[in-house]
Amino acid sequence: MKDKLAKVEDVIRKIEPGMSVMVGGFGLIGSPLTLIEALCHHEVSGLTIFSNNMGEKNKGLGNLLLQQKVKKIIGSYFTSNSDVVKLHNDNKINVQLLPQGTFAEAIRAGGAGIGGFYIKVGVDTEISNGIEKRIIDGETFLFQKALKADIALIKARKADRLGNLVYYKTAQNFNSDMATAAKIVIVEADEIVEVGEINPEEIVTPHLYIDYIVPSTISLRNYGGDSQ
Amino acid sequence: MNSKERIAKAAVSELLEGSVINLGIGIPTLIPRYLPNDAYYIHTENGLLGVAELDENSIDVERVNAGKLPVGESIGASYFGSSSSFAMIRGGHIDIAVLGALQIDQSGKIANWSIPGKSILGVGGAMDLLTGAKKIIVTTTHLANDGTSKFLKECSYPITSNRIVDVLITDKAIFRWKNNQYELSKIYSDVTIEEIVNHTEAYFAIPSNVEIIEVKENGE
Repeated sequence: MKDKLAKVEDVIRKIEPGMSVMVGGFGLIGSPLTLIEALCHHEVSGLTIFSNNMGEKNKGLGNLLLQQKVKKIIGSYFTSNSDVVKLHNDNKINVQLLPQGTFAEAIRAGGAGIGGFYIKVGVDTEISNGIEKRIIDGETFLFQKALKADIALIKARKADRLGNLVYYKTAQNFNSDMATAAKIVIVEADEIVEVGEINPEEIVTPHLYIDYIVPSTISLRNYGGDSQ
Repeated sequence: MNSKERIAKAAVSELLEGSVINLGIGIPTLIPRYLPNDAYYIHTENGLLGVAELDENSIDVERVNAGKLPVGESIGASYFGSSSSFAMIRGGHIDIAVLGALQIDQSGKIANWSIPGKSILGVGGAMDLLTGAKKIIVTTTHLANDGTSKFLKECSYPITSNRIVDVLITDKAIFRWKNNQYELSKIYSDVTIEEIVNHTEAYFAIPSNVEIIEVKENGE
């Protein structure tokens, strides 16, 4: 049987300059903090990051942002991290904003072999400027291309050595979608168990999506409390 | 009771028992404490159906609402990923969304995601909720911090959606969208209609049967 257990220092080298990287998490909740920390110590530049919030100021992906390794961010809400706002206002970083559900669905579509889709969210607002429109059953929809990445870094509550995953409460968020939408998917898990120890009916992400598993050594609980 | 608590309490009377309700950031998150029973199913877009009032003795930093604040978990709750959560929203499976707003105008549109020239860089889930929820309730203080009306003829900030808001609840009154305009539906007993007119830029209809919400001297 395959064993996908790997060392953090080995898997982080899969990330090369100019790559696109999806990173799970809603703020810091469900963020793969161990992998992000390793990425902060990895020599790389010109990354495109897909993240709902880009962590918090000076925390999680917020740390990576300060290292000038990121050229573009795609996500939905960055007001909570003033460093993103400042870099964007100074034209030092390219930011693409999507409604949160459109962002999530575009990742889901990317993992499901769908090229793009039409969606009503954002019609008649500033974000619809320049976007292809289509009338379906009398209503206007906007085109959204699917999103895919070279690498996904995600967080699970529990993984078996084959890569079957279970998530914890609202720490699931974007992780289960991102698990499907990248060429190489690396998961960090709070607990790693033998194959067969997770009830098959409780598995949320089946193993075929996962390439590497590393133990989570930094969790939100030992990271200095919550993100507020 | 401050004005935000007053608004949250008033909002409960607009929620049908048995409904699935999404609560936005800010005033809407105060609503659970005023719900009369557990037959209101609170959805939060970061992946939980079954938000309960927080028990301070069982805080879990990985069990949060859309404002990233810890919440409780009700019996019968479920967790899911982001694309599923927003499929519920866009797919019309959420009965009511209660949202905050920076501005609302007399054509029923709100602005709550961007202020030109300010350090705001995000849309979050507000556009999705306005598009997909069956009923939209907006809760906001009647006046901005500078004393000007938030209920305007036309939003000056970028609008969040072309969707018309069904009910507007402020700390002065409740307005309902009816016959293509807002109608004054309820006022608090310590507010006069004249005061509301004087503090509102938007046009709204005043019917003869405006309901009074009784408030005690301490504002409750």
